[in-house]
Amino acid sequence: MIESVSGTGPRLVLRGIVKRYPTIVANDGIDLTVGVGEIHAVLGENGAGKSTLMKIVYGLTRPDEGSIEWEGRPVAISSPAAARQLGIGMVFQHFSLFETLTVTENISLALDAEIEPAALASCIRDVSRRYGLPVEPHRLVHGMSVGERQRVEIVRCLLQSPRLLIMDEPTSVLTPQSVLKLFETLRRLAGEGVSILYISHKLDEIRALCDVATVLRGGKVSGTVQPRSETKDSLARLMVGSEIEPCQLRPRQPGPVRLELTGLSMASEDPFGTSLQAIDLRVREGEIVGIAGVSGNGQAELLAALSGELQVADRGQIRICGQAAGNLGPAQRRELGLTFVPEERLGRGAVPAMSLAHNAVLTGAHFGMVRGGLVRNGAAREFARATIAEFQVRGGDERSAAENLSGGNLQKFIVGRETKLAPKVMLVAQPTWGVDVGAAQMIRQALLDLRDRGVALLVVSEELDELFMICDRIAVLARGRLSPPVSTAELTLESVGALMSGGANDAPADDASPGPGGREAKARLDV
Amino acid sequence: MTTASAYMSVEQMIPILVSTLVAATPLIYAALGELVVERSGVLNLGVEGMMLIGALAAFAVGVSSGTLLLGYLAAMAAAALLSLVFAFLTLTLQANQVATGLALTLFGIGLSAFVGRHFAGLPIHAMRPLVIPWLSELPGVGALFRLDLLVYGSIVLYLAVDWFLRRTRAGLLLRAVGESPTVAHSLGHPVIRIRYLAVMFGGATSGIAGAYLSTALTPMWVEGMSAGRGWIALALVVFATWKPLRVLLGAYLFGAVTVLQLYAQGFGLNVPSEMLSMLPYAATIVVLVIICRDPTTIRLNQPASLGKSFHPDA
Repeated sequence: MIESVSGTGPRLVLRGIVKRYPTIVANDGIDLTVGVGEIHAVLGENGAGKSTLMKIVYGLTRPDEGSIEWEGRPVAISSPAAARQLGIGMVFQHFSLFETLTVTENISLALDAEIEPAALASCIRDVSRRYGLPVEPHRLVHGMSVGERQRVEIVRCLLQSPRLLIMDEPTSVLTPQSVLKLFETLRRLAGEGVSILYISHKLDEIRALCDVATVLRGGKVSGTVQPRSETKDSLARLMVGSEIEPCQLRPRQPGPVRLELTGLSMASEDPFGTSLQAIDLRVREGEIVGIAGVSGNGQAELLAALSGELQVADRGQIRICGQAAGNLGPAQRRELGLTFVPEERLGRGAVPAMSLAHNAVLTGAHFGMVRGGLVRNGAAREFARATIAEFQVRGGDERSAAENLSGGNLQKFIVGRETKLAPKVMLVAQPTWGVDVGAAQMIRQALLDLRDRGVALLVVSEELDELFMICDRIAVLARGRLSPPVSTAELTLESVGALMSGGANDAPADDASPGPGGREAKARLDV
Repeated sequence: MTTASAYMSVEQMIPILVSTLVAATPLIYAALGELVVERSGVLNLGVEGMMLIGALAAFAVGVSSGTLLLGYLAAMAAAALLSLVFAFLTLTLQANQVATGLALTLFGIGLSAFVGRHFAGLPIHAMRPLVIPWLSELPGVGALFRLDLLVYGSIVLYLAVDWFLRRTRAGLLLRAVGESPTVAHSLGHPVIRIRYLAVMFGGATSGIAGAYLSTALTPMWVEGMSAGRGWIALALVVFATWKPLRVLLGAYLFGAVTVLQLYAQGFGLNVPSEMLSMLPYAATIVVLVIICRDPTTIRLNQPASLGKSFHPDA
């Protein structure tokens, strides 16, 4: 009797979940039902309340109101340990692995019972073989690619034999081929009766993988749909609440070379970093060149070398507007016409505790904001006000501290500030990381406008869709080597993915080498 | 040096070795305790203060009760209590660890000097050596088997700490907490409780280190008698790249140079004695700095969250 109830009823039911934070209501009366063996998408923009909801299900935070039912019984999930006891596992977006420990050690820390390391290692091998998740138990995590780390996380969850698996933005760091492998694993798990909550904002993936989708907007459910019978646009409308204007890449003849890298090589100072190896690249006036690739393949090192935070011995390896600049510091490079939007907004793009006006002075000193060594506060405030108005920065004025703005609004301010400094060359790292769809669209449009005004732009991003949208040419950075840039029109997601996993280089690809299964599964993604 | 060593026989070597072991003992206790604390991600700069409190507590209780064992228990309890204050301020109230640790040292120096006035100049029965039968009767090396219990204890402590960190699940958990408290918390481990226990362990061993100074190394109470050994213990942990074996060897190096410079002073070398007294500190740090230059070793062993506050709800 009881068995038939747990066999046919839903696995998890959330009713009227409310979670309030001091400034916002993150979840406002959310209902959600997940069936046995169902892959259930939770779709929404950044800040829509997806992560808060998952934290509630996994016991990391408690709801202010509402009830949770697990396999027909009302439960209170007070801690992650309680969630695991029930059979709930979670794979985090930002991996929750300990870098300096081995795979076995990492996994043993997540298990409640103590198992002999040798026995655990063989369990890990069993599970990884069964689900096609190659993992080497004795390796240290720090040397692993993101794909391998995710496999470790999944294996860790599977060893707890979960009945509900939460995947938080699992594909944000994977190459397209690894994504397809992951989908195969998830489908197999669902076939065995495991329910999956799949958190994402990527519409294609959800349409390819999920049975049901609950769409969140502003902390509320804006719709529960069957993604396979929806279009990408109808899902986007549910998610954003309005139509999105696609950006336009107008054909344009690029001008002379503005940024030139010739055989740029640099050993990484960080022992776990990636050394740059003989990078050649030319960015011309009026074009956007995109650098694709999974973070940790030399992105940080390349950006540091280009911005001037690190200098290269051979000054001719970097030329900005024709001038050898390899040995110049960031300020001198800015004088040559370079501006830079770094990946870390707080701490690199802006000083967290300082006002937006003072943050404007930091890179715009030569723009009339400093005279005779003294800060002209009036000019700085005027500049910040103009940037705020022009780029629709919300949630603060020129006197607000940078740290009090949301990520998206601060990014708009930083992009605006760098744009208004009349750059000739602009470097942009992860332009829309963690930014909601509306703001992302606006930032992309701003970059395209710069291109049309004749600026040479270099964009480093992990979001392939974004690079395909705005770039004239795309190159791939893998293991410190840069592939020759190719015109975007001649590229497919798949060909870029192959380069990302190192397929074009002689280095062996340990991560999702594009096997024969890749093409087959790609067809499924295109449904 | 060559001529000196040419004349040095085994009979002369053994006393030097013995003095080295003895001089290194307090450092080993303090540094191994601090290593465990730092491995959990907490930086307690109060070692010097806790050592002084331990030294005074052991001396005072030892003199009053006439039992050194009670003195040692008092030293451990007093220093652990002081570290508990530190833990409460930094772990529960989220105070800055560096500032709180410095305050703890200043407090320990001041309090021990104030309370200790009544004990200055009093005699105490120093700890009796533990004579190991048969081995201690060997000619020459026999002297190595007539040492204080605590000298042997320091080696046992090293073995225990190394085994704990490397082999036990609790040790793994401790390292994990130091590496990333957020991840440990998200896996459901009690980060704050683990750090409390680590800090109190470090307090107790600092207490023993202090007690050894006032009851064995120089059996008396002198204001500020730890003479910077707490700071050297802190430096040892860092320059030993958080590895127990290197802490042990660093402590012996310190002990050896301490003893050798005394001999050098005895020989009447024409070098100011202040310079020679400085030598153990300088030599230990220089050698350890040279050993630990490899950045990979540092990255792999340095607790990534060292000195940073952790709040479970953030």
